[in-house]
Amino acid sequence: MTTTTLKINGQTATVSAEPDTPLLWVLRGEMKLVGTKFGCGKALCGACTVHLDGQAVRSCVTPLEAVGGREVTTIEGLKGREADALRAAWTEVDVVQCGYCQSGQLMSACALLKATPKPSDDQVSDAMRGNICRCGTYPRIRAAIHLAAETAGR
Amino acid sequence: MPQLKRRHFVLGTLGAAGALVVGWAATPAASRLVPGAPLPAGNGQVALNGWVKVGSDDTVTLVMTQSEMGQGTHTGLAMLLAEEMDASMSQVRLEQAGFDAIYNNQAMILDALPFRPGDEGFGKRAAHQVVGKLLRTIPGLSGTGGSSSVTDQWGPVREAGASARLMLVGAAAAQWQVPASECRTEAGRVLHPASNRSARFGELAAKAAQQPLPTAVKLKAQADFRVIGQPQRRIDNAGKLNGTATYGIDVLPPGLLYASIAMCPTLAGRVARFDAKAAEALPGVRKVMALEPVAASLVGTGSTAGGVAVIADTPYHAMRALKKVDIEWDHGPAASLSSAEMIDRLARTLDADAGNARLDTGGVAAALKSAARTIEVEYRVPFLAHATMEPMNCTVQFKDGAATVWAPTQAPGFARAAVAKALGIDAERVTLHVTYLGGGFGRRYFIDFLVQAAQLAREAGGAPVQLIWSREEDMTHDFYRPAYVALCKAGFDAAGALVAWQTTSAGSSLGAPSFMDNSTDGAWNTAYDFPQARVAHVPVESAVTTGIWRSVAHSQNGFFVESFIDECAVAAGKDPVAFRAGLLAKDARHLAVLKRVAELSKWGEPLADGPDGTKRARGVAIHRAFGSIVAQVAEVSVTPERQIRVHRVVCVIDCGLPVNPNLIRQQMEGGIVFGLSAALRGEITVARGQVQQSNFHDYTPLRIDECPAIEVDILAGTGAEVPPGGVGEPGTPPIAPAVANAVFALTGQRLRSLPLRLA
Repeated sequence: MTTTTLKINGQTATVSAEPDTPLLWVLRGEMKLVGTKFGCGKALCGACTVHLDGQAVRSCVTPLEAVGGREVTTIEGLKGREADALRAAWTEVDVVQCGYCQSGQLMSACALLKATPKPSDDQVSDAMRGNICRCGTYPRIRAAIHLAAETAGR
Repeated sequence: MPQLKRRHFVLGTLGAAGALVVGWAATPAASRLVPGAPLPAGNGQVALNGWVKVGSDDTVTLVMTQSEMGQGTHTGLAMLLAEEMDASMSQVRLEQAGFDAIYNNQAMILDALPFRPGDEGFGKRAAHQVVGKLLRTIPGLSGTGGSSSVTDQWGPVREAGASARLMLVGAAAAQWQVPASECRTEAGRVLHPASNRSARFGELAAKAAQQPLPTAVKLKAQADFRVIGQPQRRIDNAGKLNGTATYGIDVLPPGLLYASIAMCPTLAGRVARFDAKAAEALPGVRKVMALEPVAASLVGTGSTAGGVAVIADTPYHAMRALKKVDIEWDHGPAASLSSAEMIDRLARTLDADAGNARLDTGGVAAALKSAARTIEVEYRVPFLAHATMEPMNCTVQFKDGAATVWAPTQAPGFARAAVAKALGIDAERVTLHVTYLGGGFGRRYFIDFLVQAAQLAREAGGAPVQLIWSREEDMTHDFYRPAYVALCKAGFDAAGALVAWQTTSAGSSLGAPSFMDNSTDGAWNTAYDFPQARVAHVPVESAVTTGIWRSVAHSQNGFFVESFIDECAVAAGKDPVAFRAGLLAKDARHLAVLKRVAELSKWGEPLADGPDGTKRARGVAIHRAFGSIVAQVAEVSVTPERQIRVHRVVCVIDCGLPVNPNLIRQQMEGGIVFGLSAALRGEITVARGQVQQSNFHDYTPLRIDECPAIEVDILAGTGAEVPPGGVGEPGTPPIAPAVANAVFALTGQRLRSLPLRLA
């Protein structure tokens, strides 16, 4: 067991975990930040998506030792203009059903809007195709991203 | 306990700190408003009946029996209460129900009885009376399934709300010394317009609890609805957008330990021997133990496999140590099972005239014999996994002879009983907390993962243990939608009119006895007016664990019936919509849905090519399930790689009275995407007794770039006199046949096997 210092959601945290522990399980098991979800363990579904320095990554295949000094952002710490616009749009459009994948969907959508403030349909597809939703909220996710792009740009 | 007349019930007494302890002495047999045991109240809340509590802070708490797994039932049921109480939606809070018989899901169980829609005969009335009586006395039959939540609680929750409203009005009238008839209610207040007085529900709650329980309530007329029928936002949005919504996998009781399990890769196999020395030497490991297979609950067949589990301090310690356990498996009797061989054998041995015939007009054989022309074809569907986004998990703490369970479950009563049995304690010693469910689709009606967690908790020295299945365990140890084969025959007279219809399916009956075998649901009880018809099912069980899957038997029968009827239209030389309309001429609701979907999809008009020049075509299907009628038209194309693409789906639903148009649309969209994932790619195969798919790379749900545009229309008007039907499942059955029929229209290839694969 080694001690690692992480920058998470704007704060510094010290965790005790083996260096190969996936960031997902450090967040959920050590830090009790359970908003980031476990779905597949193989970067196939996107439920575990977090940001490292603003980039969307799958935390289930990101070892703790690979995080380094990068800023980790989880759904609990997701804030700012794009995040606010996305949450408002998600609510306006009533995207969620079971909601389990939605932390990951929002993290991916937020990274998209930060990089591409007015994404095309194809750009939405490219950014979001790694996030599976079994409830089938895709049409509303697409609509909500376009709506958020509009409101965040105002 | 003395039997008191209802008007003499003592509703409650005010405790020292203003808390009100409420109790009723007996349960009126015909009512679902009064529980057998007191509804716990306190903290400034009073209970006005078995479903409603009002707080001095103006909150109105609805006792919630149904599990929220995405279908929006929490929002829908809150709307029913808000409507009749004249409360604002923002006042409504939810509290999990106990196990009193008033909370049993009567609609789900009554709907499973074998009667055709519209049958109001003696047999149905008698059966409903007998089963209904049982349902009013046996506790623990609550459950979420069969698209039944609103149907079941359409009566009791509205009555509970109306009854509570009357008591609040009674309290205000007494306080103001005015007739109750001069008072009205609005947005959480009682008003007396004549004297310009008003009081908040919270101010009146304590006095309301001392009012006599109304012996009769008058429910609102539809014209007076202001909540029901309006598109309402979901009440569970906020927590699901900021990470605070609690699913089963998120509970964090103090001292929590985590467990990971490896089950025998062979279906129903078990552990022969294991060596845990290396695993036990790893840091953070508390215990390594073997677990036995767990049998299906009522709605499935077979047993999950046994396995070895590791309890550790953190999830990753448990997972890592598990890999170091040396396990020797006893692969058991299923070790040579092949799903391909099994399905071929089903097809080879299927006798069209065999099976339990739920529908038999008696003259099919003769009509087929004398027909000018017959067609006979075979359809197949594969095993399917549920693949909920939240893998199976459960948390149990067993301490001082009592258990606390946190579980994402669709069947709290089964769950509590199963945990109690596993721990050898009375069910009353089990406290069950139902969390949000990260998807259900029928999988969470099963109790295997709860029993495993209970067995682990027993060995954890009083600490809570959270068992989390890996995705691989979840995919390979599901209770799968069974594979089925169906033989379909039709006969036509010389003029091309359909004179005989016969379908016979074979496959698992999900463990149901023959009189309760609903394997032909959606086939024997269609609205088609066939001159002669026989619809039967031949139960054939295998070692593959099977269970209910979103829309249950409708999931295969929608495909069989709506594909074969399309073939019949082609054989008769008729347009598919016109041919269906001819057979539905006596059913105004079906006809209206079919007509509307044809209008909205511009059926019959030429369909433009795609932007890349590829040809497109439409296909139609209409299917009734769980009290609702859904028609869909799919627009498809085929890529140069022979992949089927679905571009647009037009969906029309008549679900009777629409409670929340917003959530009806959501459920249609979700049902279509779920059904489309299965139609285009869904297939679980078994080789040497082992499920071959393990994760989302080889069991791949639809992704956003493949999702069609979906337009949903809710038929208002025709259903206005009809109470609400289900919406969680009826969107799923029509999509596979609609797409297959479109593929036929486009390519001339009739695809009779799911998933749809072009030659």
